[in-house]
Amino acid sequence: MNFSTFEIWWIIAILGIGTFLIRFSFIGMIGSRKMPDWVLRHLRYTSVAVLPGLVAPLVIWPDATNGVTDPSRLLAAATVVIVGYRFKAVVRAMVAGTVVLFAAQALLG
Amino acid sequence: MRSTTANSALWRGFLAGLPFIIVVIPFAILFGVVATEAGLPLAQVMGFSFLVIAGASQFVALQIMQDNAPTLVVLASALAVNLRMAMYSAAITPHLGSQPLWKRALIAYFLVDQTYNLAASEYETRPEQSIGEKTLFFFGCMLPICPLWYLGTWVGAVVGETIPTNLNIDFIVPIAFLAMVAPALRTGAHIAAAFVSIVASLALFWVPFNLGLLLAALLAMIVGAEIERRLQ
Repeated sequence: MNFSTFEIWWIIAILGIGTFLIRFSFIGMIGSRKMPDWVLRHLRYTSVAVLPGLVAPLVIWPDATNGVTDPSRLLAAATVVIVGYRFKAVVRAMVAGTVVLFAAQALLG
Repeated sequence: MRSTTANSALWRGFLAGLPFIIVVIPFAILFGVVATEAGLPLAQVMGFSFLVIAGASQFVALQIMQDNAPTLVVLASALAVNLRMAMYSAAITPHLGSQPLWKRALIAYFLVDQTYNLAASEYETRPEQSIGEKTLFFFGCMLPICPLWYLGTWVGAVVGETIPTNLNIDFIVPIAFLAMVAPALRTGAHIAAAFVSIVASLALFWVPFNLGLLLAALLAMIVGAEIERRLQ
């Protein structure tokens, strides 16, 4: 790495401050002020709008297979979603997904 | 009485966060190992995890630094990965925004994928809670997650080379995050939003700086909100 110790500390500091400012942005500036209904309506979908898109490329094009779609991983991901949706149970969904992943990898090679 | 419900909110948050140590521990250790192998001294490795406290962006920063890219590219790439947290910040404001500034700053520091998404799910299912209980639930989620992020980083940095880095841990993130979001698929509007998020994120994967995810998320929020509005 070509960075000096001093430069690396600067990078860490700026990333720390920048990340904090991103996280602090709205809760810091808006605080207790009321937001319009239409904004609140959009914000209610934040979780389901961010997380599926975040994991989708990891499921479809895994780094571990150099981006080749892997049926075992697709099955495992589908299992997690179905169990999690059906039973609203995080741990059960994780366990079911892991079991299916290992079983499918063993069976499908 | 009041302190009983407060304690139970903290405890419920702790229990909600607990399963996610399965992602935090291996990735914290991995970051410690990889950062140390890249040549960073222990203080800097820990500095990353304490000051930035955002796994994906820490790995991105490290990787781009090893490519000897210009500093600005390192900063822009790593910060872009964290932009989704501005959405978390906005979305948690209706619930926790009335707290005093110092508490909001503390909430912001600990606003990670797990704490936001678990808290948001809790606030949707139990909207009648006081802001005090909601805040305690949030910090309860943080308790098993964030200290282990620091500790795991330290273990990885100190124990270092003896830990194999080729473990097949890549699929823990999808499994954990899908388990976190699946119970939140409460209505057709939620399912439609999730579907749009997946399709758009894949279609926009080519967009640099991870901004495709941000666009996909915005699009998904619009679709969810629009379906909700029409069904009212």
